[in-house]
Amino acid sequence: MTDPNIILIALLMPALTALIVSRLDALPDMRDGVSILGALATFGAVLLTLQAFLEGTPLSITLFEVMPGLTLNFTLEPLGMVFATVASGLWIITAIYSVGYMRGAGEKNQTRFYICFALAITGALGIAFAGNLFTLFIFYEMLTVVTYPLVAHKQTPEARAGARTYISILLGTSIAFFLTAIIWTWSLTGTLEFTPGGILSGHISPVFTGVLLALFAFGVGKAALMPFHRWLPAAMVAPTPVSALLHAVAVVKAGVFTLLKIGIYIFGIGLLSRTGASEWLMWLAAASILISSIIALNQDNLKARLAYSTISQLAYVTLGLALANQMGVIGGALQIMTHALGKVTLFMAAGAIYVATHKTHVSELDGLGRQMPFTFAAFTIAALSIIGLPPLGGAWTKWYLMLSSAEAGHQVLIVVLMISSLLNVAYLLPISARGFFYPPSRQRGYDMSTEKLPPVKMAEAPWFCVVPLCITALGCIVLFFTIGDLYEFLLRIPLLPLEGVTP
Amino acid sequence: MSNLPALQIILPLMAAPICAMVGRPKFAWGLATLVAWASFAISILLFLSVRDGTVISYDMGGWAPPLGIEYRVDVLNAFVLMIVSGMTSFVMPYALKSVASELHESQHAYFYTAFLLCMTGLMGVAITGDAFNVFVFLEISSLSTYALVAMGAARDKRALTAAFNYLIMGTIGATFFVIGLGMMYMVTGTLNMADLAQKIAANGDSRTLRMGFSFVLVGIGLKLAMFPLHLWLPNAYSYAPSAVTTFLASTATKVAIYVMARFMFSIFGFDYDFQANTMQFIMLPLALVAMFAASTVAIFQEDLKRMLAYSSVAQVGYMLLGMSFLTQLGLTATVVHMFNHALIKGGLFMAAGCFIYAVNSSRIDDLKGLGRIMPWTSAAFVLGGLGLIGVPMTAGFISKWYLMQAAFELDWWPIALLIVASSLLAVIYVWRMVEVLYLRDLPEKNDVRAVPLTMLVPMWGLLLLSVYFGVSADITVSAASRAANALIGASNIFWQSGG
Amino acid sequence: MPDTMINMDLVTGHYNYWLVVVLMMTGLFITVSRGNLIKKIVGLNLFQTSVFMLYISMGKIKGGTAPILTDDPATVYSNPLPHVLILTAIVVGIATTALALALIIRIRESYGTIEADEILEIEHQIDDPDPSPTNPANALMARIRGNR
Repeated sequence: MTDPNIILIALLMPALTALIVSRLDALPDMRDGVSILGALATFGAVLLTLQAFLEGTPLSITLFEVMPGLTLNFTLEPLGMVFATVASGLWIITAIYSVGYMRGAGEKNQTRFYICFALAITGALGIAFAGNLFTLFIFYEMLTVVTYPLVAHKQTPEARAGARTYISILLGTSIAFFLTAIIWTWSLTGTLEFTPGGILSGHISPVFTGVLLALFAFGVGKAALMPFHRWLPAAMVAPTPVSALLHAVAVVKAGVFTLLKIGIYIFGIGLLSRTGASEWLMWLAAASILISSIIALNQDNLKARLAYSTISQLAYVTLGLALANQMGVIGGALQIMTHALGKVTLFMAAGAIYVATHKTHVSELDGLGRQMPFTFAAFTIAALSIIGLPPLGGAWTKWYLMLSSAEAGHQVLIVVLMISSLLNVAYLLPISARGFFYPPSRQRGYDMSTEKLPPVKMAEAPWFCVVPLCITALGCIVLFFTIGDLYEFLLRIPLLPLEGVTP
Repeated sequence: MSNLPALQIILPLMAAPICAMVGRPKFAWGLATLVAWASFAISILLFLSVRDGTVISYDMGGWAPPLGIEYRVDVLNAFVLMIVSGMTSFVMPYALKSVASELHESQHAYFYTAFLLCMTGLMGVAITGDAFNVFVFLEISSLSTYALVAMGAARDKRALTAAFNYLIMGTIGATFFVIGLGMMYMVTGTLNMADLAQKIAANGDSRTLRMGFSFVLVGIGLKLAMFPLHLWLPNAYSYAPSAVTTFLASTATKVAIYVMARFMFSIFGFDYDFQANTMQFIMLPLALVAMFAASTVAIFQEDLKRMLAYSSVAQVGYMLLGMSFLTQLGLTATVVHMFNHALIKGGLFMAAGCFIYAVNSSRIDDLKGLGRIMPWTSAAFVLGGLGLIGVPMTAGFISKWYLMQAAFELDWWPIALLIVASSLLAVIYVWRMVEVLYLRDLPEKNDVRAVPLTMLVPMWGLLLLSVYFGVSADITVSAASRAANALIGASNIFWQSGG
Repeated sequence: MPDTMINMDLVTGHYNYWLVVVLMMTGLFITVSRGNLIKKIVGLNLFQTSVFMLYISMGKIKGGTAPILTDDPATVYSNPLPHVLILTAIVVGIATTALALALIIRIRESYGTIEADEILEIEHQIDDPDPSPTNPANALMARIRGNR
């Protein structure tokens, strides 16, 4: 399979799904079925591109030229493959989950929901496959615009306010900083192609390297780098499948993925480490990790707590990039995967709890673990993965990031990572503990040590909700054992200029 | 073939009185549409024949310039002619139902008469090579515009005062323009543009010339709503019939911009010091202020058309900014934006007209929840709004791209930052409409009229074109770049040969 | 003559310009300051007329006669071009005045007055008096006043 059109097929599959879904407003069962089938087909197409990529065929396709030298181009490369596979793979799971959640929670406007959801996947895949910064920017903006109706889905004043924060920060930063940075890059180098080893080297002074990096780092608002993180908690007013796939996987990962791409293929790791331009970014990321973890500790709303946890976890990827060495990049790329699986599970668990009991706050979860054992078990596994405990995928991320910190000579960051792990324990595990070990709140007063708790009837959310989150929890475990292959794959990320090309 | 430049003007000029004399609405509309399309065809032919850089010179009535009136068509004129006649061609089909719903039937024939005259005036301004003739055509278009704006009184009587104020401001502007011409005539003894350029270059700077330049600048500034001379515009645009607003927003200010560019670069020349200083120290700050002030005011409007009108003032700021860079790239940005903004704002005002047709109001409060029952119009509005913001894959993005490139080229990156910052304001006012359209609930009792296809098709035509030119900008950018070259080249040659 | 003295030539030699300037300023001032719409138009007419005079006096050549072709080749003619231009401008001016007067009639019919400030008051009343919640400015003001 070496036909480059396979990229287009993968890209258009979700869009096609959206189109068909939009015609099936009157037939909810058909609509939901098509949505899941579309997800499967998309994943299949992405796997085909992955296979072609693994066979070593360089796939690239140029659609058309907007202005001389400025093309709409898609090119496969390892990082993009990781992101595309994760996003499309988890779409299947979330599509199944959505059916259970949306029906269980009795949401309105479900057709609009599925349309926008599918279009968002097109946006994410476009970002993953983009061959130059311009193409990436187009899909980046598209992703912002199509996810807006999802955030505003409930149409309540709170939803509208949250969506307004969401769109204004994401669109604002991207237009004010990201676009400026892109045009600046273009006027410096005359190209926007993603090139191994970067394109900026030799075109820009060290001081301006820092300024340009700042424009990019803050411009990619989806990376939720403090102080432009407010949109992520605001987006939590969305239905939970949206929070799960988009605000734990597709949208936020698109942000950090974009940052990685820019760091590796526009600046070049060499330029960053040589000039030390990314040092400030490193400290900012470290601060972001700690501050948002501390904020997460104080959130009673379950989804808000998870959102702040996401901000903290995203900063890991930024940190990996800012360290500007190979281990850092690999750690960052791994984090895209491990955190995706972990956080999607956590969110789906939160959604399942809402569907089953209509409870949204951590303090209300006492004793629910025995009512919803599968959900809480999956939640615990995912939480442990995020914390970074073996044998779960998250362990590797921390391992490589620590190696990277040591290599870069910043031992302080190892301490930061360890403190962060402790904070993760502090804000995630109490949720499981409440679920399993606390008596249900209305039965307070039982003495745990002497009296047996009354038997609780199992009352899980619909199976459409529970099965997907169990699968992703298992995925966290699988990830730990497949690290060898993944590591091999990520070594393929070209960090140095190709042979014969002077930096 | 050789009489094309004359036909371009005479065709609509002759058709206008016929419309008035026959007086039947359907006939007037049919004739006006035919004439608009024919004019569009002519301007395309003209554009094709000057695209390679040739200049067509046509002596009106056989009198040789500089005494006789010369029509002179180069890439820039032809481009502007295409914008004007093209927009008219789109507005005409739209006008049929829109005008029928907004105007009393007895006015229809006169409406099309005035419309054709306005178009004649605008095209005359663009095509003529004689400075005084510019004034005459400018007044033909302005007078008919006043009448057109006043016709909005059938829907809202404030159109009358809007037209009256516009008349006062417009006439003051035109008179200033004539004073400026008089000064230039005193120095040079000629009014032919090419001749003027040569004589001005030969005579060098003088106080009279500076006065002439300043008067022309302020006069045209009034016509093109240059901040802070824009006060007539919001009312005129808000209360005029929708078809008129669409037409004016996408052509009248553009033609005025053209006149300004022509006077500044072709006649006074690129390296006229006084002008360079004026541009840098007066025009550039004013353009920036316009971008921010007008956009900010737009955010707080309660009427859709008025909001779009203020946005137009801001967009004119972008065009002036491009000009005040005094570089080839800056001029290219201005010309590209002239074209792109004509498409986008035309489409947006058409959408506003569709809303007016449907609910008989353009108050933003009355448009709640219409996204559900007017999906085509609402989607068109969103598409146009994205273009206004300058989201990639829309024409607005191309404009912004070139404008910022021009700023970076001069290393004026704070200005580049200001450009993007001002488009954030556009995000706010566009998004406010999106919320109203899609996220508000429709009022319980509503009588929404279905918008006819004749209004939807031209609107979507314009907006799809704006997307097309955002995706494949080669045509517009190369034409604009050549037009900029024509302006610069002409001025350089004149100044060099003059010494 | 020392430069500090008033250059009498500047005053007397260009007396036509001084007249034009005075007339022009008078016209502009009336246009801007008067509230009565008819008076505004009168001002506008004065303003335009001053420009006509500027042009016509420009065409004057010392010792020149009216530009009508004579048999004597030594005849000095005034410059006819400004006259021609101003003929056109006068036509434009008349058209403007006519249109303005027509507008004033329509305004009088629908507003019942031709005083600018009274018209403004009527227009303010047309605007919906209660602030709308979709307008951020009003929402902000409402929030400041504390009655959200």
